[in-house]
Amino acid sequence: MAHEATVNTHRTKWWSGGKSPFNIEYGKVMMWYFLMSDAFTFGAFLISYGTTRFSQNFWPDPNVVFNALPGAGHANLPLVFVSIMTFILIISSVTMVLAVHAGHNRNKADVQKWLLWTIIGGLAFLGCQALEWHHLLTAEHATLIDGKIELISQTTRHNPWGQLVHGPELTAALQNSSPETLATLIHENHLSTASHAELAKMPVDQLAQMVSSSDIHVRETGPVAFGGFFYGITGFHGFHVFSGVIINIVMLLMTRSNVFENKGHYLMIEKAGLYWHFVDLVWVFVFLCFYLI
Amino acid sequence: MSNHYDPTKDISPSAAYPEVSVHHHHSDDAEFKKRVKKTTILLSVITVIELAIGFLIYFLHKGEPPYFFILLLKGIVCILTLAKAYYIVSVFMHLGDEIRNFIMTIVVPLALFIWFIIAFLADGQSYKNLRNRYDKHFEETTMPSSHTTPAEAPAKGEGH
Repeated sequence: MAHEATVNTHRTKWWSGGKSPFNIEYGKVMMWYFLMSDAFTFGAFLISYGTTRFSQNFWPDPNVVFNALPGAGHANLPLVFVSIMTFILIISSVTMVLAVHAGHNRNKADVQKWLLWTIIGGLAFLGCQALEWHHLLTAEHATLIDGKIELISQTTRHNPWGQLVHGPELTAALQNSSPETLATLIHENHLSTASHAELAKMPVDQLAQMVSSSDIHVRETGPVAFGGFFYGITGFHGFHVFSGVIINIVMLLMTRSNVFENKGHYLMIEKAGLYWHFVDLVWVFVFLCFYLI
Repeated sequence: MSNHYDPTKDISPSAAYPEVSVHHHHSDDAEFKKRVKKTTILLSVITVIELAIGFLIYFLHKGEPPYFFILLLKGIVCILTLAKAYYIVSVFMHLGDEIRNFIMTIVVPLALFIWFIIAFLADGQSYKNLRNRYDKHFEETTMPSSHTTPAEAPAKGEGH
């Protein structure tokens, strides 16, 4: 096997100086060490999230938080959108492997083709993330705050994903809430054909009845740290995807202008590929920590 | 493949030492494509299994969740994720094709994560236990209601 042969060579003369003891060029070695340090950065972020989560009696169920799909309205579709994002990233990782392989074969046309697909995959992922963030930041949820119902969205300061409120506590909260808030809640969930203005004029009793007979969930406020960790870590990952897309665009332009062709090798594509695969690798763990467990 | 390298332009080992190839994997196109296809399918299948377990956890949460079973499911998902990470690093990033010494310079430092994860999760757990013991307000306001037994729940309601 070729593998055994390299090990053998390495034993006899790799460390005698004058050549790479690892049989890889300098840039690739350094890319690997950069990625290792980056793994520790992401690891530290995810572990601090874990520490905070372990220090809480209650933590929101990801299936409840991430249950929306763009274009599907209020349908309860847990995990669907993030699965799409995960597959986009896996596929773009595969197209990157093919780009690197085309580089090994010095096939300029194929390098360009697969790099382009990788860039498209990266942009698609970023677009999905933008949609996801937009939904979390703007969609308002009925939350029990100070004995009455308020409509809040997921930000770094507020978390609407606490424990479910029901029974007498819910009845009391509905009675204490402002008609304005209840009218908005009813209107946005299409529980009544009346307009928002008409609803706001109705007595609180009637509005409370409409809400409690519907399937609207009212929750307490959840742990505030959730938002900071979620936006911080997925944002940092998104920033890596973004810089990966930029690197791939630069690689595409350099390929087009024959930089690698003139150099005689496409090893630079390999280093960009390592970075891109790392982005996919990190997502595997972000996906695990925020969406699955 | 090493004859593609011009030593005057390229200082990479394969150029300086034509007998040493940068590409340890001399696999031909068909074999390579097969390997990539296999890995892609493997990653997709693992992801689908993970999602299935995620849904299972969701449906179990709707009822009375058996705590250790949920923990077991989450443990399985963690192991599946590590399997995915292994395939990405070893096949897509070709780390598996590098010299063993080089693999070790990457993998050995990462072993720090074993301590890192255990120590910091234990720290969080300990903080929670201490708070529940000494800060009763924290315990009462944050403990999920399913943790209180049905017998003591009405008693609490009467007290208010």
